[in-house]
Amino acid sequence: MKTVLAISGIVIKELYRRKDFYVLFVLTAVITLLMGSVSFFHDTNSVRYVKDIALLLIWISALVIAIGTTARQIPAERENRTIFPLLAKPVTRWQVILGKFAGCWLACGLALIVLYLFFGIVSGSRDHHWPLLNFCTALWLHWVMLGVVVAFVLLGSVVFTAPSSNATITFIVVLGILFLGRYLNQVALQQPEPLRSIVYGLYFLIPHLEWYDVRDLIIYDQNLVGWMDCALATLYAVIYMAVFLLGTWLVFRRKALNL
Amino acid sequence: MEAIVETKNLRVEFRAQSSGQAKKVAVKDLNLSIRAGEVFGFLGPNGAGKTTTMNVLLGFVNATSGAASLFGVDVREPIARQRIGYLPELTYYYKFLTAEELLRFYARIFSIPRTEADRRIDQLLKLVELESARQRPIKTYSKGMQQRVGLAQALINNPDLLILDEPTSGLDPLGRMKVREIIQRLKNEGKTVFFSSHELGEVETVCDRVAIINQGELKVEGRVADLVEKHQANLEQIFLNIIGYQPQLSA
Repeated sequence: MKTVLAISGIVIKELYRRKDFYVLFVLTAVITLLMGSVSFFHDTNSVRYVKDIALLLIWISALVIAIGTTARQIPAERENRTIFPLLAKPVTRWQVILGKFAGCWLACGLALIVLYLFFGIVSGSRDHHWPLLNFCTALWLHWVMLGVVVAFVLLGSVVFTAPSSNATITFIVVLGILFLGRYLNQVALQQPEPLRSIVYGLYFLIPHLEWYDVRDLIIYDQNLVGWMDCALATLYAVIYMAVFLLGTWLVFRRKALNL
Repeated sequence: MEAIVETKNLRVEFRAQSSGQAKKVAVKDLNLSIRAGEVFGFLGPNGAGKTTTMNVLLGFVNATSGAASLFGVDVREPIARQRIGYLPELTYYYKFLTAEELLRFYARIFSIPRTEADRRIDQLLKLVELESARQRPIKTYSKGMQQRVGLAQALINNPDLLILDEPTSGLDPLGRMKVREIIQRLKNEGKTVFFSSHELGEVETVCDRVAIINQGELKVEGRVADLVEKHQANLEQIFLNIIGYQPQLSA
């Protein structure tokens, strides 16, 4: 466990010492502040619209941070040859994968806390309404969803050689799931066999990341998601994380270490 | 005396890059035995199989057949690497870390208690003469400094065996001398050192025993003094002769 934590600590250090996060945070903050400062004749719909856009920005920023940070982890270790002194210690490849995963996921969590905190303060100071539990639920489910994304990108990083191709492919797949995943069963119904079975299979195979998008909880101040639903959604995500991490290990354990 | 590093009929084959090509035999039935307290030089031209052998010993590559052990433990077991230090050839350490942070990271991997880690970090940074640069990010280091921080990380667990892959590669004469001094010092402390190098003069100065490998095969092994006496030539001449180098006579 100490080894995994040590490796994850390096990933977190890397995140806060690189400029990526600060650029995204400043960009999100400036846009949120600008939009938040505009008054649209005290129209509640326009305030919701501003919240919607700010949350969308947080979602995009979080995805960029998660995919960008994770995609370069293992390729950078191999390219800079730091994987050699690391694995020459009593460290297994499985521990490297777990450490990288934990580091990227925790780093995403820290970034999310900063982004949600900022958004919450701006939004609360305008609304004079502080739906803390709604924010916590949205933040938790968002973070759990990012865990699946991080594990998926980690698998991509041992399959694709270039981090850029991995990042591009996984970003497209994640966006595809977020936007189209929920409609795949309906699409399947309109297809002839065997395409119908294939699309249906795909519908049940992909991780339904769109379930974790509960921005409406904050935007429309909807009723909270039940604890049991939250727990089941977390369990569902954990299963996908485990499957992707196992896949990563199966590929990585036989992989040559030098690029 | 106890064998620290041992290989028995070690063979490593790599798959052909394309169909029609024969598989590449990188190491052919290699038998090596390095005893405690020895400085052992592993020599050979580029592509001879030195790094592959080291990669097997470090568990990076699986042997096709034969056996390899460190301290009597199969190299495939991670615990076999608990008492070793490894310096790879030309590694670029985490650029965003300082030397101190890098050493602390590796100390955490070995579960070294904090106060002991602090003491070792101070000691090692002094040994590799990086005390003044300990708080600077590694990205600002010269090649020689990076190699020295590499040497420090290899020593963080106070290893009984050091595996050095061309430790002086790419260094200027001063950097090479410093690394050589550190190896000499480790030897005096009774550490076992297994290193590959192309600097034959350096090997002759530092090593107790050498092995010369060519095209994956062990060609010669023995004490430096015995080899020099037997062949009536210096190590460089012996090396060139063994690998079959024919000097071109100029007109």
